[in-house]
Amino acid sequence: MHTATQASTLDLSDLRAEFPILQRSIGRHPLTYLDNAATSQKPAVVIDAISRFFRQDNANIHRGVHYLSVQATDLYDRARAAVAGFIGAREAREIVFVRGTTEAINLVARSFGGSRLAAGDEILLTLMEHHANIVPWQQIAAERGAIIRVVPVRDTGEIDLGDFRSLLGPRTRIAAFAHASNALGSINPVADMTRIAREHGAAVLIDGAQALPHGPIDVAAIDCDFYAFSGHKMFGPDGIGVLYGRADLLNALPPYQGGGDMIERVSFSGTTFREVPERFEAGTPHISGAIGLEAAVNWLRQLDWPAVHAHEQALLEQAETLLAEIPGVRLYGCAPDRVSLLSFNLEGVHPHDLGTILDSEGVAIRAGHHCTQPLMQHLGVPGTARASFALYNTPEEVERLAAAVRRARRLFA
Amino acid sequence: MDDALEELYQAIILQHHRSPKNEGVLDPYTHFAEGFNPLCGDRLTVYTREEGQVLSAVRFVAEGCAISRASASIMTTRTVGLPLATVQERIRDVLTLLTGKEEIAIDLDTLGELAALAGVRRFPARIKCATLAWHALRNALNSDCEPVRT
Repeated sequence: MHTATQASTLDLSDLRAEFPILQRSIGRHPLTYLDNAATSQKPAVVIDAISRFFRQDNANIHRGVHYLSVQATDLYDRARAAVAGFIGAREAREIVFVRGTTEAINLVARSFGGSRLAAGDEILLTLMEHHANIVPWQQIAAERGAIIRVVPVRDTGEIDLGDFRSLLGPRTRIAAFAHASNALGSINPVADMTRIAREHGAAVLIDGAQALPHGPIDVAAIDCDFYAFSGHKMFGPDGIGVLYGRADLLNALPPYQGGGDMIERVSFSGTTFREVPERFEAGTPHISGAIGLEAAVNWLRQLDWPAVHAHEQALLEQAETLLAEIPGVRLYGCAPDRVSLLSFNLEGVHPHDLGTILDSEGVAIRAGHHCTQPLMQHLGVPGTARASFALYNTPEEVERLAAAVRRARRLFA
Repeated sequence: MDDALEELYQAIILQHHRSPKNEGVLDPYTHFAEGFNPLCGDRLTVYTREEGQVLSAVRFVAEGCAISRASASIMTTRTVGLPLATVQERIRDVLTLLTGKEEIAIDLDTLGELAALAGVRRFPARIKCATLAWHALRNALNSDCEPVRT
């Protein structure tokens, strides 16, 4: 998801012009949108693709004999193929469309966990996981009598491969971990972790929600069994996400939900199920969402990624430098390999007060536990303020962030 | 800095945040209740001592933002020593003040420092910070020791 090659420069004003919302103001201030890890803004090509579908192409997919239904089915299939290509999946059928990362993880916890976990089996997570990659495992572990083990996070915000290896055992059935931390930004060595876990006979699920917005990934190179991500964090629409899974593994798992589209034959003496991807897509799917996601993926594909990466890392470094200069600011996480987000606190100012003060300057950040309460407990804080940068953010916006934090400090002095 | 923000973080609020009144566990107490805001993770516990039909002492322990701490601090100063029925009325009035949709006349003589909390109405995301302590006090008076959620 990052390439260390010589970067050309990015034309930021052209890039920003593609995002209609970036032109608006918040009160008297220009919008400084630094909450990208929560959701990204959408380029016009994504908004237009969804609008065009509803204006011209809308119909339900599958089984329709009329023109629009056949066309909508083709568009939906094409979106699946585009996503498969973007993440390096071998086949389009390895892409299951879901609502988002949370549903993808719930699907795996239910279908894989529900069929493969026995009492005493182990699930390996890390301390930096989002609640979405903790709670579904707790629920299935409680049902199956399985045990959750947790890889610690080092002071830098990194996962140590030795720690990871030492917690894998003969009963570990699955290891599930973030590609990039939503609270600290740390990029985990997911290919190494996958290799080590698979050497121990464990399946691997990667939560890629925070990785995709910062560059293409390659699931074949990582060699994981499952990879989950959300459309809305990668410049696509909300309500659509992806579970990538190895086709042979997905076909061997029981369906997650029952309904239309996922069946082969239904009778009251028994029902047989289709293969992937339909096996896991019960009911009318989010067709317009898939089409919007395809537009996002196609938009992402044409970017100059070395330039984007260099730009995002420059914003992160600038933010670290400017915030570290402010007395009372504490930064969290200093892993050498990070996506462009920064967690921090200002001494004597609760993150929510900081968030409100920054908002009054048009600076949108997130404040709180970021759905990572175990990690916050480990850090010994109730929460943090988090500024998360996307490819369209500018050095001037980072300066506005730092100026607003200084203002908060004066207000609370 | 805009006017609404200055109204929210006015000197009274910041003063109560920095040097809260009646912070800490009450010993002995007769009732307590815990307030919890699952959205932000803030926790606040209110301890009360009821003697006859009077709230003779009230203290709080808070892990939270300036708004929730200041609200709790002001609450303790504005309810201690009052008959329980009056405390219930005051809780109701303050919750109406903080959550009311319409502009209402604020009577400074009656409300005193409570009026400072009214600035929160212009920050919908923060109203629950200000109401947390009051919900917890109401639950403490009702001897309901289940955590309240705002």
